[in-house]
Amino acid sequence: MTEKRNWPLWEIFVRSKNGLEHRHFGSLHAADAEMALENARDVYTRRNEGVSIWVVESKHITASNPEQNGEMFEPAQDKVYRHPTFYDLPDEVKHM
Amino acid sequence: MKNQNLYNYILTIADNSLILAQRLGELCGHGPNLETDIALTNISLDLLGQTRSYYQYAAKISGEDKTEDDIAFLRIEREYKNCLLVEQPNTHFGYVIGRQFLFDVYHFMLMEKLQNSKDETLTAIAKKSIKEVSYHKRFSSDWIKRLGDGTEESNVKMQEAIDDLWRYTDELFLMTEAEKIMVKEGIGIDVSSFKEKYYEEVAEVLKDATLNVPENKYFTKGGKEGVHTEHMGYILADLQYMQRTYPNMTW
Amino acid sequence: MSEKNIKNLEEIFEARIARDEKIEPKDWMPEKYRQTHIRQISQHAHSEIIGMLPEGNWITRAPSLRRKAALLAKVQDEAGHGLYLYSACETLGISRDELYEQLHSGKAKYSSIFNYPTITWADMGAIGWLVDGAAIINQVPLCNTSFGPYARAMVRVCKEESFHQRQGFEIMLTLCRGSEEQKAMAQDALNRWWWPSLMMLGPTDAESVHTEQSMKWKLKRKSNDELRQQFIDQTVPQADLLGITVPDPDLKWNEETGHYDFGEIDWDEFWQVVKGHGPCNKERMNARVNAWNNGEWVRDAAMAYAEKNANKKVAKAS
Repeated sequence: MTEKRNWPLWEIFVRSKNGLEHRHFGSLHAADAEMALENARDVYTRRNEGVSIWVVESKHITASNPEQNGEMFEPAQDKVYRHPTFYDLPDEVKHM
Repeated sequence: MKNQNLYNYILTIADNSLILAQRLGELCGHGPNLETDIALTNISLDLLGQTRSYYQYAAKISGEDKTEDDIAFLRIEREYKNCLLVEQPNTHFGYVIGRQFLFDVYHFMLMEKLQNSKDETLTAIAKKSIKEVSYHKRFSSDWIKRLGDGTEESNVKMQEAIDDLWRYTDELFLMTEAEKIMVKEGIGIDVSSFKEKYYEEVAEVLKDATLNVPENKYFTKGGKEGVHTEHMGYILADLQYMQRTYPNMTW
Repeated sequence: MSEKNIKNLEEIFEARIARDEKIEPKDWMPEKYRQTHIRQISQHAHSEIIGMLPEGNWITRAPSLRRKAALLAKVQDEAGHGLYLYSACETLGISRDELYEQLHSGKAKYSSIFNYPTITWADMGAIGWLVDGAAIINQVPLCNTSFGPYARAMVRVCKEESFHQRQGFEIMLTLCRGSEEQKAMAQDALNRWWWPSLMMLGPTDAESVHTEQSMKWKLKRKSNDELRQQFIDQTVPQADLLGITVPDPDLKWNEETGHYDFGEIDWDEFWQVVKGHGPCNKERMNARVNAWNNGEWVRDAAMAYAEKNANKKVAKAS
């Protein structure tokens, strides 16, 4: 027999109602995707919290490295022209 | 009692849910891991909810001053009408899953038909229950496959459980007097009508799970008539402990 | 990394927490922060799981269907809370299996309160009312703790826990409005659970080892003694309302301080239970270890089945 493997970790995303995006709810252990879905239903939607569930094995998620947060995210801080408040309009133009 | 036959018929269905919920309740906190523990408790809670709906209805039509709890806790063993299958113990996880699966397939077919009963309350309960039971069946079938087609050890254990529980399946399709009368009135379901379909569906899942369909032709019956296995007395000792020790109190 | 660099990183790290910024799993953190969090979160998770046992003891004997369903749902929630907390802990780079190993070997601690037996139905009321009451006092401030996954888990836990204490208090209230026997049962439960509940909030500040660091990292907002006082102040009037007596002859309202004065806690008993010699330490641990060991073939089977199926899929695709 090969080396003993434990049930891997899965990340659970739940859509709480139609019209909203799936949001990360938490994680759990399951042997396979089918079981992860069933477990997610029992663990994270017992109180009627969801209408749709996504599961993805945690090892498949690639995360950005916080040590590179400077180069990753700070360059976006001074691009004020991407925001509507950057542009001056006369008060008469009420909605734009 | 005015509606004795309907009353008895309701209990024939409801007692299965109560006793199975009770058996699953014993497991809470002792499952093979947290996720499975939570899942089995959910099934137990579904069954308990169904039990309450049935008993509340039975209490109402009894024409007597009864509550759901009187029906659940204050009968003698011979008056419980659950099938023998659901009272079988949690010998190991294979038995828990085997018992659940063999019951779920039956339960689902029963609910499917009960949705068309002439009795509106039973129809409503069946319509709500069938979604729950459909999930139970999916859950237990999946686990039958995991255990049957998992490791050598799990295959042996799962087969052992199916072999042992098999003798209690035939009883599911026996008709009591109350059932026969209720069928005539268009309220009850002729359970014998889906016996063949039941064994076909069960065999298919067992085959998928690389398990053998037992060839045992010797069956044990009696639960539906109130003659139970030795386990039942202990289940009731727990279930009724408070109500028997402290009669006539509100909890 | 040089010592000076680490010191620099630590200063930046502490400043972030002081500014109320959250720390996320992949962020740099001092090793001590990681270890302290693994210890506290896993201890918390273990307490939830062990905590299922004393209440689980009464599921099959609950006196009504309504109570049975509520208790079952409550014990199930505890499994869920354990799961959320283990998951939070796993983000720190330790697996749930390793955490179980620590629990089963006796290396990890859990809340001592669960080493007391539940011998009557009233104990379900007392646990919900007192034990969950004390737990909530401990837990609410943790919703704002510095480690993101722990804080998020606690938000969920606190939200779900709100029915637990009510459930317990309602059981007590029904007993206290019931027969003489029922009221005696409620009083007996209060007598047995009162002192352990006070101990649950931890040793006195003078004896407590971790408090200062924990305050800085927002693992704690108030000292054990402050929390205990808060618990007593809020619980005594509830006992009055129930019409049962807190088993402490020295308990009395202090007009000057605006708090209740209370008697000496038997800390010898506390340490005895912590060290493993409480009434049920052995039973609780055995129950957990048995569940885990008896479940091994089940977990292995599911894994083997998943691997076979994954291979089948690959074979089909190629």
